[in-house]
Amino acid sequence: MSLQVYIPADAAAVALDADEVAAALQAAAVRRGVDVTITRTGSRGLHWLEPLLEVATAKGRIGYGPVSVADVEAILAAALEASAHPLCVGVVDDLPFLKRQNRLTFARCGIVDPRSLEDYIAHAGYRGLTRALEIGSTATIAAVTASGLRGRGGAGFPTGIKWDTVAKTAAAQKYIVCNADEGDSGTFADRMIMEGDPFVLIEGMTIAGIATGATQGYIYVRSEYPHAIATLNTAILAARRGNKLGRNVAGSAHHFDLEVRVGAGAYVCGEETALLDSLEGKRGTVRAKPPLPAHKGLFGCPTVINNVLSLATVPIILDKGAEFYRDFGMGRSRGTMPIQLAGNIKHSGLFEIAFGITLGELVDEIGGGTQSGRPVRAVQVGGPLGAYFPRELFDTPFDYEAFAARDGLIGHGGIVVFDDTVDMAKQARFAMEFCAVESCGKCTPCRVGSTRGVEVIDRIIKDEGRVANIELLKDLCNTLKFGSLCALGGFTPYPVLSAITHFPEDFGITPPSRQAAE
Amino acid sequence: MNGYLAWDETAARGVIDALKAQPGALLPVLHGLQETFGYIAPDAEPVIADALNISRAEVHGVVTFYADFRTTPPPAHQLKLCRAEACQAMGADRLAERATARLGIGIGEATADHRVCLEPVYCLGLCSVAPSAMLDGRIVGRLDEHKLDALLAEVER
Repeated sequence: MSLQVYIPADAAAVALDADEVAAALQAAAVRRGVDVTITRTGSRGLHWLEPLLEVATAKGRIGYGPVSVADVEAILAAALEASAHPLCVGVVDDLPFLKRQNRLTFARCGIVDPRSLEDYIAHAGYRGLTRALEIGSTATIAAVTASGLRGRGGAGFPTGIKWDTVAKTAAAQKYIVCNADEGDSGTFADRMIMEGDPFVLIEGMTIAGIATGATQGYIYVRSEYPHAIATLNTAILAARRGNKLGRNVAGSAHHFDLEVRVGAGAYVCGEETALLDSLEGKRGTVRAKPPLPAHKGLFGCPTVINNVLSLATVPIILDKGAEFYRDFGMGRSRGTMPIQLAGNIKHSGLFEIAFGITLGELVDEIGGGTQSGRPVRAVQVGGPLGAYFPRELFDTPFDYEAFAARDGLIGHGGIVVFDDTVDMAKQARFAMEFCAVESCGKCTPCRVGSTRGVEVIDRIIKDEGRVANIELLKDLCNTLKFGSLCALGGFTPYPVLSAITHFPEDFGITPPSRQAAE
Repeated sequence: MNGYLAWDETAARGVIDALKAQPGALLPVLHGLQETFGYIAPDAEPVIADALNISRAEVHGVVTFYADFRTTPPPAHQLKLCRAEACQAMGADRLAERATARLGIGIGEATADHRVCLEPVYCLGLCSVAPSAMLDGRIVGRLDEHKLDALLAEVER
């Protein structure tokens, strides 16, 4: 009797002993004398069930989770005898959390062997590149533009327009740079793609290279992601061996190769121009724009710089067509967003869905409320530079413009949930403190303003001239917002001001509406 | 104990020479040296500057800009605790207090016997299994008092 088992090698699963579970299963199989093949996949994104062990059956993959080493023996017995086990969650594809999603970018994540080019191709991989080679550069860029794809790193700039600018800029050398410096707390979608389906990123970058005339790509990955770096490097070697990278890519006239570069613990390098300086071997300081990276980017050459998710979404757009992708979503937010549910939330993980779902649906229905069982009080959307939303704003649809209209941002799609034990003055102070720690130091509002911000919030907390200091803090936030060179200083006011606006009681002030009622 | 070589200029030149030809070589070179020696020795800066044909000031500027690069030999163990929002939402601050109290050092400090240092990290990307930590490159999710105590016992052995 033989058994095919899938166990994630995604860092979230490994952090919960997935490696030990895999080893224990192998040992148990040897003891029982049964033939068990273990394939290490990426994660399906149901992180509250990690490590999620899946067994291939005639009905589909049956899941068990969360599995500990102590459970392995009994699960193996249950799987062999097709009997019940308390950790069995049934057919994984039928779980509501997965069924409700629109998995486009993450179609293969958690299913395929991320190190196998053959597996990638067997699961519809490289169809996008084939199509791009058939239709040529101009039509490829037109398809990306028509799909409505916008920068998934957070800025939301139309990807196709960026590509078009680089394609139309004449130069002997152009570059494709992938921003994989995913530093926002509450985000891990880039990591999951790199660990679970790296070929889709490689394919997306290859399409970008061929479309714009770039022959070299770099993936700048943060050093906090050692598992992603290892998987990417393995996949790049496999792609080169399979003639999907290097000279005459896939038998075409085009050359494109890429390599991984590792960051060194600087959050600001997630800002595109700081990232380019870092890639050049310099301090990661922000550049003033213009010139745009599309005109003068890496080493002064025209450069496409896109987030992991933007590039990883390109293959399915080319494969299924711009209209297919554009038909998902709302307003000017087309397609899907891989949303990351994190912090104090019951059903944590990755949830990819068309734009338009409300924040309340995400937190309450899909996320199932807090893990602690206490009421949800605040939700930070879009990373450390994103606004804190109270329950009153849970009707906000997930959409670039809808969040902006409520003084927030969707950023890279991270949602961090806090229960009612959170102190919002402390969170506002942390936002300023984080900005002070991570500021590159180039512009004064960010470098100095963040430190002054911490001091002012400390005075507010200690009730030293509270009313005047809150006005001062708002004024300081205004300076940061309009006077900073990049989003680090420019967006730090979002968490600070949203905390004051929506949770004034934590700053010792009465909410305006209650004042009016008195 | 942690498998690093003692600083040695000849060995350093070997590491640098293997990496210096690539465009924008400084970060790969610094990572290479830190993987070999565990830190970027002050004596390494003029060697790097010479090999890459840049000023020593440029090298020093880059070494000191990035949080990853150490300028002193690392302790036997490095325990990184995630201090970012998703981990805060799951009680990371309380765990950090427990670790500092038990080791008698602050975050960003090393014990006097150079056995372990506590370092802050702003996000390990394990926000869905928070709080998280990393001990000598090994990641740990859903950190609680029990798991933290086990990690501390491991470094104190």
